Amino acid sequence: MSFFPYVVAAWLFVIGLYGMVTSRNFVHLVICLAVLQSSTYVLLLSIGYRVGGTAPIFAGVPVGTPAVDPVVQALMLTDIVVEATVVALLLALVLQLQKHADTLDPDKLKALEG
Amino acid sequence: MKRRGRMIFFLLSAAAFAGVYLWGLRGLPAVGHYRGPYGDVLNRVATYERHVTDIVTAVNFDYRGFDTLGEEFILFMSVIGGSVLLRRQREEEKSEHRDDNLADESPERQAPEPSDATRVLTLALVGPLVVFGLYIVAHGQLTPGGGFQGGVILATAPLLVYLAGDLKKFKQITSHTLVEVGEAVGAGGYLAIGLAGLILGGSYLRNVAALGTTGTINSGGTIALISLATGLEVAAGFVLLLYAFLEQTLEIQLRGEK
Amino acid sequence: MSLLAALPVVIPLSIAAILAALNKFISRRCSEILSILATIATGCICGELLLQSRMQPVINWFGGWTPRAGVALGISFVIDPIGAGAAAFTSLLVLAALVFSLHYFETVGTLFHVLMLGFLGAMCGFALTGDLFNLFVFFELMSASGFALCGYKVEEPESMQGALNFAITNTVGAFLVLSGIGLLYGRTGALNMAQIGRTLGGSPDGLVITAFVFIMAGFFIKAAVIPFHFWLADAHAVAPTPVCVLFSGIMVELGLYAVARIYWVIFDGPFTTHRWALRELLLAVGTITAVAGAVMCFAQRHIKRLLAFSTISHVGLLTIGFGLLKAGALAGVALYVMGHGMVKAALFLVAGILLHRYGGVDELELHGRARELRATSIIFLLGGLGLAAMPGFATFVGESAIMDTARSMGQGWLRAIFFFSAALTAGAVLRVWGRVFRGMGKGKQAQAAGAKNIREERETKGAGHNIPAVMFAPAATLVLLAIAIGLAPGVQRAARTATLLMQDRTAYQARVLENAWIPVVSAGQEHAPMGTELAWSFAATAAALGLAWLSLSRYWPGKNALTRPLAGAVYRLRAIHSGHIGDYVAFLTFGVAAYGVLLAFLIELR
Repeated sequence: MSFFPYVVAAWLFVIGLYGMVTSRNFVHLVICLAVLQSSTYVLLLSIGYRVGGTAPIFAGVPVGTPAVDPVVQALMLTDIVVEATVVALLLALVLQLQKHADTLDPDKLKALEG
Repeated sequence: MKRRGRMIFFLLSAAAFAGVYLWGLRGLPAVGHYRGPYGDVLNRVATYERHVTDIVTAVNFDYRGFDTLGEEFILFMSVIGGSVLLRRQREEEKSEHRDDNLADESPERQAPEPSDATRVLTLALVGPLVVFGLYIVAHGQLTPGGGFQGGVILATAPLLVYLAGDLKKFKQITSHTLVEVGEAVGAGGYLAIGLAGLILGGSYLRNVAALGTTGTINSGGTIALISLATGLEVAAGFVLLLYAFLEQTLEIQLRGEK
Repeated sequence: MSLLAALPVVIPLSIAAILAALNKFISRRCSEILSILATIATGCICGELLLQSRMQPVINWFGGWTPRAGVALGISFVIDPIGAGAAAFTSLLVLAALVFSLHYFETVGTLFHVLMLGFLGAMCGFALTGDLFNLFVFFELMSASGFALCGYKVEEPESMQGALNFAITNTVGAFLVLSGIGLLYGRTGALNMAQIGRTLGGSPDGLVITAFVFIMAGFFIKAAVIPFHFWLADAHAVAPTPVCVLFSGIMVELGLYAVARIYWVIFDGPFTTHRWALRELLLAVGTITAVAGAVMCFAQRHIKRLLAFSTISHVGLLTIGFGLLKAGALAGVALYVMGHGMVKAALFLVAGILLHRYGGVDELELHGRARELRATSIIFLLGGLGLAAMPGFATFVGESAIMDTARSMGQGWLRAIFFFSAALTAGAVLRVWGRVFRGMGKGKQAQAAGAKNIREERETKGAGHNIPAVMFAPAATLVLLAIAIGLAPGVQRAARTATLLMQDRTAYQARVLENAWIPVVSAGQEHAPMGTELAWSFAATAAALGLAWLSLSRYWPGKNALTRPLAGAVYRLRAIHSGHIGDYVAFLTFGVAAYGVLLAFLIELR
């Protein structure tokens, strides 16, 4: 059980890649990218976890109680913002693609061959 | 490549990739046995040094404040990028006036009217949401929260107005110029606080404000100030993104109906 | 601590915020001037930091959080000559791009400059930082600005497709890097590069190898090394010209810089006895990249795509230089990056001039039309010669440094790779010069069209008969600078001192974590390039010229029994570059898996 979260992280990464490779719709592809990004959340948070530790918030709790790692949580906050903004940019690109090419299917876009 | 070929190629590669990843993951300490020094040192000293009780916010806005500055600018650049990518082209500018006038008249052009239940609920929630968002922003240094979390909550308030009404109402309550300026002021504010640290303390982003008392809102020094600047920037940024997306979606709707 | 250390990031970002706030109130001219001034200021500060760092690397702890008992609490900038040099070079290229775009872009007023300044600030931060997660944050900032800049021309669906390919592959790369950082954090509990390097000892086990492979692969995606290179050609074909200048000139090279920095500070400790394994992998990968890139380059007719593939080929050469894992070769890489960056930027700017004047960048359609552009033609010719690393250019100085080291390690065969890449890439550029600027060659050549469906629309207003000075001057200046550096004495020695500093792992860690003062070791006296090196370079240039002339003349072999297998192989290589994002991600997965399996095999074997 103490290794399982890491397996979940690896699985999320691979399944995200699978979704991207077999995707027929760019919106679906972007969401698969988001799934891939969640794998890093799981990895980071599992690394920082401490059995029996409280949250790193010492309001009412004396300093010195065993707590989990606050650094990975801060990293994750950054990570989430990065994900949200990248997804927003990608969806903007997808939206314009739909408007001008009238399709969202990667299979149908032939302009950049060779 | 043909679809099948690509899938087989990928599945073989993915199996190898997963193998490599799992082999690497084996070297990590078991989950629940975090050993590293970084988190433990910060847990012990942060409350004493910065008078805050939420260590995560202290890490975000003080110890690793420069990272958060970069992250805030990622948000900033993405919002600017989104505005650039979703900008109205020339032909859309011309039709803007026409559509705005016709929007009221033609019944097919309008989105379906939201039901009364939706209207009541969403409008009733707007006020409490704004207060809650401000509360989260202000209390970041005490309990989980801070600029980012609170800012996102604040940004959903105009979204609720959109759900209750339509795009016109949304545009009425969010002045595009004001939100743009607000976002830039938030981002610039973070930079300016850092500069204050450089000028007054000799190091960029040094915490030079009065540290206050642990456990009250007035604590943390620049942490609280940075949290406010970030809240402003995040809220304004997400409103701008919503604005750009909603306008373009309307464009697509109208274009589809032509 | 230096007061200047944070400024290369703070200045561009502040001006970007100010320009965004005043977006609706100030004129375009005003924002152009402000952004150019900000870039010049940043460049000057980076130059000053470069000078300061030659005595002793400048170390700045943000927020005043100095390390305690070897545990780093805050984020540090560790500014050494290589990093400061990269940041200064970035400012130079951004300046060139901004000056070029003074005559550019009809819509969206100031927001283009906001994105460019954000891009500049991110790249400066990327080059100067000493913290792994900070590196990731600036990587993402660079990417976010880059994606928006790449997709600037929203009316063209190819533009959206190219930008999407770029954005998706690079984002996967970024999260590979983050996974690698997570693995390292789990093992060492630190994010500071020096601290991680110190904690990571002994021989590499599964975690260290995997972390290195992930981080290397993630940055290699940015650097467009095979098999992660597919996005580069697509992005360059559709991005506006000033943006292409930055992508090819410095952005991809920064990916390689990151791998070098991370390797020498963090991973050289565990990998010391296994350097040969990494060397073999990198030399193989670099060779394949150089060769495949060169072949694809020669087969293109869309000028920007041609230049993009030539970048890929040269990145392969840079990977070879880094892969030798010696200070001398790394110094050569630094000089080659500068020379190549300047020359490639100039070539892209000329392509932008062609686009402005004639409305297209298709080599065959532009046949003979640019005969009137005398001065521009000279710049393009010089650019092509610079790509061939003709003696006199900074690229030659870099290449001879790399080959010196290679020969001393018994890897003299690499000369053939450099020769091949130079001949084909410079040959392609010189062929374009001959056809477009001199009208040589038949109108319709036996040359398959590449990406023929890209409609390259005009990016600028009005095709005046004069090339505006702001479009011409940056290109000319960059080429002349490349020659100046190539001829200046002492550059090789300065570069070698800088890379010796970069490779000294224990000194770096002591300086950062204990604030130790360790004198900087100067490199030995440099010697003039060997006669063989000069001969080879001239031969490569001659080969490029010959190849260009041959492909334009009637002696170019058509399809016959001899050339058919070759043509078939090239055709299949081109077919792989399908533009389809699913293919790209599949190759990406394959690449990471291959790197991991190969490196693990090589290390575990012996």
